Amino acid sequence: MKFQLNGRAVDVEAAPMARLLDVLREECGLTGTKEGCGEGECGACTVLMDGEPVCSCLVPFAQARDTAVLTIEGLGGTHALQEAFALEGGAQCGICTPGMILAALRLPAKATREQVRIGLAGNLCRCTGYEAIYRAIQKVVDDGGLTLPAAARIIDGPPT
Amino acid sequence: MGVVGTSVPRKDAAEKVSGTARYVDDITFPGMLHARTVRTTIPSGRVTGVRLDFDQTGFTVVDWRDIPAAGRNIIDLIVHDQPCLVESEVRHVGEAVVLLAHDDREKLLQATVEIDYDRTEPLLDAERSDRIHKHILIEKGKLDRGFNQADLIVEGEYRTGHQEHIYIETNGCIAVPEANGGVTIYGSLQCPYYVHKALVTLLGLPRHLVRVLQTEPGGGFGGKEEYPSLIAGHAALLALKSRRPVKLVYDRGEDMWATTKRHPSVVRHRTGVKKDGRIVAMEIDVLFDGGAYVTLSPVVLSRGCIHAAGPYRCANTQIDGRAVFTNTNPNGAFRGFGAPQTQFAMELQMDRIAAALEMDPAKLRLKNVLRPGDSTATGQVLGDDCSAEIVLREAIKRSGWRRKRVALDGTDRGIGMALFYHGSGFTGAGEVRLASECAIETTDRGVRILTASAEIGQGTRTMHAQIVADAMGISYDEVDVAIPDTAIVPDSGPTVASRTCMVVGRILERCAHGLKEELRGMAPGEHHRTKGPLKVTRKYEPPPGITWDDDLYVGDAYATFSWACDVAEVALDRDTYEVKTTKMTVVHEFGRAIHPVMALGQIEGGTAQGVGYALIEHVVMKDGAMLNAQLTNYTIPTTLDTPQMDTIIVDNPYPHGPFGAKGVGEIPMDGPAPAIVNAIRHLGIDVTEVPALPEVVMRAVNAGRGRGGVA
Amino acid sequence: MRTALSGLSLHQPATIASALKLMRGDPPPLPIAGCTDVFVQLNFGTLKETQFIDLSRIGTLRRIVVHDAVLSIGATASYAEIMRSRLVRQRLPMLVAAAREIGGPQIQARGTIGGNVANASPAGDTLPVLAAADALVVLASADGERRVPFTEFSTGYRMTVRRPEELVVAIEVPIVDGQQWFRKVGTRAAQAISKLVMAGVRRPAAAPSLAIGSVAPTVIRLPRTEAALGSGASVAAAQRILAEEIQPIDDVRSTAEYRRRVASNLLERFWTETA
Repeated sequence: MKFQLNGRAVDVEAAPMARLLDVLREECGLTGTKEGCGEGECGACTVLMDGEPVCSCLVPFAQARDTAVLTIEGLGGTHALQEAFALEGGAQCGICTPGMILAALRLPAKATREQVRIGLAGNLCRCTGYEAIYRAIQKVVDDGGLTLPAAARIIDGPPT
Repeated sequence: MGVVGTSVPRKDAAEKVSGTARYVDDITFPGMLHARTVRTTIPSGRVTGVRLDFDQTGFTVVDWRDIPAAGRNIIDLIVHDQPCLVESEVRHVGEAVVLLAHDDREKLLQATVEIDYDRTEPLLDAERSDRIHKHILIEKGKLDRGFNQADLIVEGEYRTGHQEHIYIETNGCIAVPEANGGVTIYGSLQCPYYVHKALVTLLGLPRHLVRVLQTEPGGGFGGKEEYPSLIAGHAALLALKSRRPVKLVYDRGEDMWATTKRHPSVVRHRTGVKKDGRIVAMEIDVLFDGGAYVTLSPVVLSRGCIHAAGPYRCANTQIDGRAVFTNTNPNGAFRGFGAPQTQFAMELQMDRIAAALEMDPAKLRLKNVLRPGDSTATGQVLGDDCSAEIVLREAIKRSGWRRKRVALDGTDRGIGMALFYHGSGFTGAGEVRLASECAIETTDRGVRILTASAEIGQGTRTMHAQIVADAMGISYDEVDVAIPDTAIVPDSGPTVASRTCMVVGRILERCAHGLKEELRGMAPGEHHRTKGPLKVTRKYEPPPGITWDDDLYVGDAYATFSWACDVAEVALDRDTYEVKTTKMTVVHEFGRAIHPVMALGQIEGGTAQGVGYALIEHVVMKDGAMLNAQLTNYTIPTTLDTPQMDTIIVDNPYPHGPFGAKGVGEIPMDGPAPAIVNAIRHLGIDVTEVPALPEVVMRAVNAGRGRGGVA
Repeated sequence: MRTALSGLSLHQPATIASALKLMRGDPPPLPIAGCTDVFVQLNFGTLKETQFIDLSRIGTLRRIVVHDAVLSIGATASYAEIMRSRLVRQRLPMLVAAAREIGGPQIQARGTIGGNVANASPAGDTLPVLAAADALVVLASADGERRVPFTEFSTGYRMTVRRPEELVVAIEVPIVDGQQWFRKVGTRAAQAISKLVMAGVRRPAAAPSLAIGSVAPTVIRLPRTEAALGSGASVAAAQRILAEEIQPIDDVRSTAEYRRRVASNLLERFWTETA
C-alpha cells in the first residue's frame, strides 16, 4: 500500500485493519511513535496525517493510503520545537515528547498560552506539569513562530 | 566556570526530542518471543485447576513448577511472602499464575486459559483488618500532660484514596538467556539491583550470571521500584525455558489493573491547643491499606509516620501507625512514599484548628512552625537547614495571601495553603545499611560515571555529570554516564526516596575529589591515553553526628529535610460542584538547584500529580479489583486541568549535600492536595478526603446545609 | 485482551451505491470512519465483528450543506469539520460547543457525527444537541432512504432502529428558532466522558426543548419538564418534574445522586442563562 511517509513515497505491506501505530513501529522501523494507552486518551502515538493530528493507535492502516504521514523521525531532530523542548525541559522521561511535538506543530503560528493549552489537551504528560512544554513552545513562538514542515502534506502530487 | 547551578543541555535531550531514545518496547532481539501473563480473577481462595484450551504448538508455557530447583518462588524484597507465580493460595485479583510466550503476538492473544478456583471470603476493608503488616509507634513527651495544658481539643479524620502512577510508558522487560546459563534483563525500571537480587533468589543463580540493564524508562514515580522484579522474573523464566529472548510488555489496562498503587489511608488527629494557637499535644493514628503482600509497606508506613506531625513544634506527640493486609493488589512505592497521605491529614487538621480558634491559618502555622533548634516528633533537632518559616513567609507574601484570604471570603473562589517537608534519602539507618557505592573511571575523552541510579526523566545523568564536572574541574562534555548495568556499575542503591542527587550525588562528588587527587593535575583523558585507566570508588558515609534508634523510632530520621509551602487558589462551580485550581503558588527550599530547569520540572510535575490526586484521580475498586483500569475512566490532569504555577526556589545550601543540594524529587507531591482541599474549606465546604470529586464536594455541601453551614 | 487484527477484513467503497451493496453482505459489515470508538473496542478486545466497511473514502458523505432551510451534516463529517463549518456555527452553535468538548484535537480530527449517532451511547456528547434540535437521522439502504426523528432512533442502551443493511448517511437539522444552550459535565476539563450532558433551546413563544445524556439508557428529551416550563411553571416545579423524568445510575464515572442533583441545577442554569 502506498503512502507518503516523512516526505518520501513508500509502499508497505500490512493488514488493512492493522493499527497505523504498529505498522510505523514494526514494518517501517520508526519506533519514535509511542503507545501509551491504546484508547486515544494519551496522545503519545500522535502523528500527522495530511497535516491533521491523529492517534495512530486508532487508525486502520488502510486509511493511510495516499495520505502524507509525518512522524517524529520526519523532523530530523533539528526542528525549532525539538530544540526548544530540549533546552526548556519540555522532555523529561521523553515518552510523551514525540506525540507532544507532533501535536504542537498544528498550533497557530503565534499561539497564545490558552491556544496551546487547548491544542495540547489531547496529549498527556505525567512528568512536567506542562509548564516546561509551554515555555518551549513560547520560545519558538517568540523566535519567529511555529511552522508546519512541508512533509506534513503530500509533496509534488500523489506518491508514485 | 562551573556548570552546577546552570541549566546545561540534558545528556538525554537530543535522543528524546528526536524519537531515537530506546524504550523497552522499541528493542527487539533476533528470535524474540512475546509474552503474556495469565492472572487470577478472584481476590481470595485457591487455584484448583488450570486449563490450557488452545493448540500449544510454538508456545512456551510456564507456571510455578518451572522455577529452578535451586531457586525459590518468592520475590526477594523485605519479607518473603509474595510468590513470583501462584502455586495454590490466591490473595488478590491480578496475581500471575501462568505465563505464555510465542513469536506470533496474535496467536498469543488468541490463546485461552481457564483457571478454576475455590473461593474464600475476601478481606477488602482495611479498617476491619486485624492482619498487620507493620506497626510503628513514635512517642515524644507525655501526651496526657499535653492535653491537660490544652485550652481546646480538636479532632479530625481524613482519608486518601488509591492513586495510579500513570507513567506514560507501561511496564516491560526483555529477558535474554545467555549461553553460560545465566540471564540478562533489559527493563523499564528504577532499581536495577532490586531486580538483580530478586532474580538471584528466584532462579537460584550465582550473582554473576544475572545481569540487569536499564532501558530508557518512560516515567516511574515509584511504580517501577518494586514491581519490575516480578516482570523480570516472569520474562526470565520464559526465556530460560524457551532458550529465546522474551519480551513482556504490559498494555495499559493490565498495567493499571495488576500493578501497585499509592496506599489508601485513614488518619485520625486529636490535637490539644492553647487559645493563642500553640499546639501542646498531638495524637495521630495512621492506617495504611498495604494490600495482600507486605512488599514495601513497612517503609512506606515509616516515612508516613515520621512526617505525620508536619513541620510543627509540639512537645507531646504520639504517632501510632499500622499498615494492614487486605485482599487487594499490594500497594507500593509512589512519589512521596507515605508522606503525602499523612501530611494531607496534618494540613487539613491545621485548618480545622485555625477555624476552631477563629485564627488565620497562616498565622496558626507561623505560631507553630519548626525553626532551627526545634525538634521533630522523633526528637531530631533541626539546624540551619530548616527553612519552614522562610518558605511559609515567602508563600504568604508571593501569593498575596492576606489580601486574597479576606477578599475571596463569601465568593465562589477560595484560597488555601499547605506547609510541608520531606526527608531526603532513606529513613533512619537505611542509608548506612544500604552502604551505596559509586565509581568514576577515566575514558579516553574524560571520565565516566558508574552508578546504578536510573534516569527516569528527572535528570539523573545530567545532574550527576554536572556534579562530577565541577568537582573535578573538567568540562561537562568530558563526563559520560554509564547506563545502569549490574555487570558494570556498583550498587549505588535504588533510584527512590529523593536520594539520587543528595546521597548518590554526594558519593560521586567524593569520587570526583578522589580521582582528581590521583590524577595529580593531569587531564583524565590524557591520563587514560598515556598512563592507563584510573578508577575511584567511594562508599556512602553518613554526615557527622547522625543517630537513630530503630526500635524506639527516636533520633535523626533523615540527614536533612527539604521544605515547601503551596498556596492553592480554586474556583467552585456551584451547579456542578466542580473545583478548578486556578493558580498554585509553590515555594520550595531543597538546598540548592544543581540544574534549575530540571529542578523546576520536578516541582511543576510533582505539583501537577498532586493536583490530580487532590481532585480527579479516582481508583474505583470493586470486589478487590480496579474497575476503571483505563485512561478514559481513571483521569489524570490534562493541560486544561493543570493550574498556572508560580514557582519560587529558595536557596539554603546544605553543607553535606553535593554543592549544597538536598532532595527535590518527591516533596512537590506532598502539598497540593491539602492546599487545594483547604482552599475548598475556605469556601465553607468541609471536605476531608481526596480525591475531592464533585460528588464528594456535593455531599459536603449538603451536609453543611444540614448543619446550617455557610456553603 | 486486544483483538488480533490481521484476520479482520475491510471494504473501502468509493461510492454510496457500492457501500450500500456491501451492506447486504451476510453478515453485514460494521461501518467505520473515524474509528475513534471501534479501535478502542478492538484494542480492548470487546468487539465481535470481523468484517468492516470504511466510509471515509466516500466524499459525498462528509458534506455539510443547507437546502430547503434544512442543515444536512454528512455522517462522516468530523468534529473538527463541524467546528470549522460556517453553516454549523451560524445555525447550530450548540453543536459546535459539543464538538469542542469531545476528546482532544486528535479525536476531533477523526471522530464523526455519524459515528456518535450510530454508536448511540447515552453519554454521546452531540446527541442531546440533536435531540433538542429535532434532528432527523437519514438512513439509507439499497432499497432507498428513510428519515427517523433522532428521538426515535435509539431504542435502548447502544441499540438503534438502524437495520443491519442500513447506513446512517446524514443528520438533518431544521431551523432552530430560539436560544441554544449546551453544557457538558465530564470527569475532567478536557478529554472526558460525560457524567452528564445537556442541551436546550429556549423558544420565544413556545415550550423549550431540553435533552439530556448519561441519565438513562439513551439520551432523552424531557417532554414533561419542557411542557411545565412552557406553561409558565416555576423552575422549582420544573425541577421536580425533571427528577421524575430521569433514571440515572451509579457507575465508574459518577453517582445517581450526583447526576440527579446536577441535572436539576443545570435546568435552573439553562433557564436563567437563556432568560
